[in-house]
Amino acid sequence: MNVGVLGIGITKFGERWDQGLRELLLDAQVKSLKDANITADEIDALYTGNMGGGSLSGQLHVGAMASENLNINKPAIRVEGACASGSLALRQGILAIESGEADIVQVNGVEKMTDVSTEQVTTMLMGAGDEELEGFNGLTFPGLYALLAKAYMTKYPALTRDLLAEVSVKNHFHGARNPYCQFRKEITIDTVKNATMVADPLTLFDCSPITDGAASIILASEEKAKALGSKVSIVGSGVGTDSLSLARRNTLTAIPAGKIAAKIAYAQAGITAEQVSFAEVHDCFTIAEIMAVEALGFAKEGEGYKLYENKDTYFDGRIPINTSGGLKACGHPVGATGIKQAIEATMQLRGTAKDRQVKNAEIGVTHNVGGSGATAAVHVFKKVK
Amino acid sequence: MFRDSSIIRWRNYSDRYMLEGYECTNCGKKYFEKKGMCVCGSLDFNNLSFCGKGKIVSFTKIHSGPEVFQEQTPYCVGIIDLDEGARITAQIIDSKYKDLSIGQEVEAVFRKFYKSGEKGVIHYGTKFRPKF
Repeated sequence: MNVGVLGIGITKFGERWDQGLRELLLDAQVKSLKDANITADEIDALYTGNMGGGSLSGQLHVGAMASENLNINKPAIRVEGACASGSLALRQGILAIESGEADIVQVNGVEKMTDVSTEQVTTMLMGAGDEELEGFNGLTFPGLYALLAKAYMTKYPALTRDLLAEVSVKNHFHGARNPYCQFRKEITIDTVKNATMVADPLTLFDCSPITDGAASIILASEEKAKALGSKVSIVGSGVGTDSLSLARRNTLTAIPAGKIAAKIAYAQAGITAEQVSFAEVHDCFTIAEIMAVEALGFAKEGEGYKLYENKDTYFDGRIPINTSGGLKACGHPVGATGIKQAIEATMQLRGTAKDRQVKNAEIGVTHNVGGSGATAAVHVFKKVK
Repeated sequence: MFRDSSIIRWRNYSDRYMLEGYECTNCGKKYFEKKGMCVCGSLDFNNLSFCGKGKIVSFTKIHSGPEVFQEQTPYCVGIIDLDEGARITAQIIDSKYKDLSIGQEVEAVFRKFYKSGEKGVIHYGTKFRPKF
């Protein structure tokens, strides 16, 4: 597989009361077009990741909204896979090019979350789990990951409360160095530990926030990308799935779908975990990042904590994780997150990440999870030499 | 919305109210939830009544709940292995949170879940409490 990244565009993430779903989406779309230096009529197809348009804005049909925004009449599809919607849209864009149907594709992700109450957002997000088996019992999204954290930390007590907090501390450190990030502020372990409890053992600072934002990326066939001077290629795309509900899983101490997706993507790219320069992973909750680095093969199951003992995951460390600030600091506009990860990987490989630039970045991996692990998508990005 | 629908609850009457599940006629695997296909590939199931006894696999205390559970927040939710071999998600009640532990024996009780608005129906279902 070889699909070029031609252009990237992202809005500022945060509480964007001034902009609605459409305006956010348009902003990112126009930015990626400009960055790719192409015109809208050169796009052959559009894919847009979005989860809550229907329940939070009363707006579905976001696929056609994206083509309408650019005044084109090309095939346009909305893709939904909960918090992995963005990466699933990216994959559809890749497949459209790989199939020969399209030469240039625009893939977007958008979420407008702050127009409604936290309780309404909580209910919408729980749609990513099993509504009948979990939601009806009052389980929330943080609650699902709290159940995973409790099971994991009971089986692997080496992951202490302080080391779990390090995930959030590190992501805020990176976020402070990222201009499109929602929370550009460094925090300490005490900030995490002393914050309001959301679902034991997870506090407010273990949880990714409610965010508005959009992100857009333009993909091109290998030939077209070469002709237009693309510096980054996508060389692997894997998706794994599992049960919607935690009770149906074989394990509560790992997210197997992530491991399945990584195996497929690494095989396509012809790489091993040791060759990866950096990764953007799905830290919707601190425990999820620990499970992510294990799924991606940077640590064995139960040993992910070791990467957080000596700043190994900082941008200048051995295996930098979430240089964008992750979902925790950068924000988590659900449908946009997968595309944001792809944009951060592209910036790192282009060498334009400035204050958080990873040295000698050659291969970057993105890891995006939907629900409590019912969907996981992994993509491998490579610097073009 | 769907959380207010009494039709959904009527459709799931047997599992919500009676704690009934399914047993694969081919391999004997037991499920609490309705299921299209067994892991063995079989589509044939017999109905099964769970005795309501089980052990806690994991649990948490929810401090920020969805709209319909506002009155009960904070509350505890756990994953429970039923003695017959199926796994279920349910609220754990009648205990201080700090007194709960993984592996603890619990038993099913029939309880009120929530009321759908001012004029809506009251939803009931199964919760678990520490074994007497």
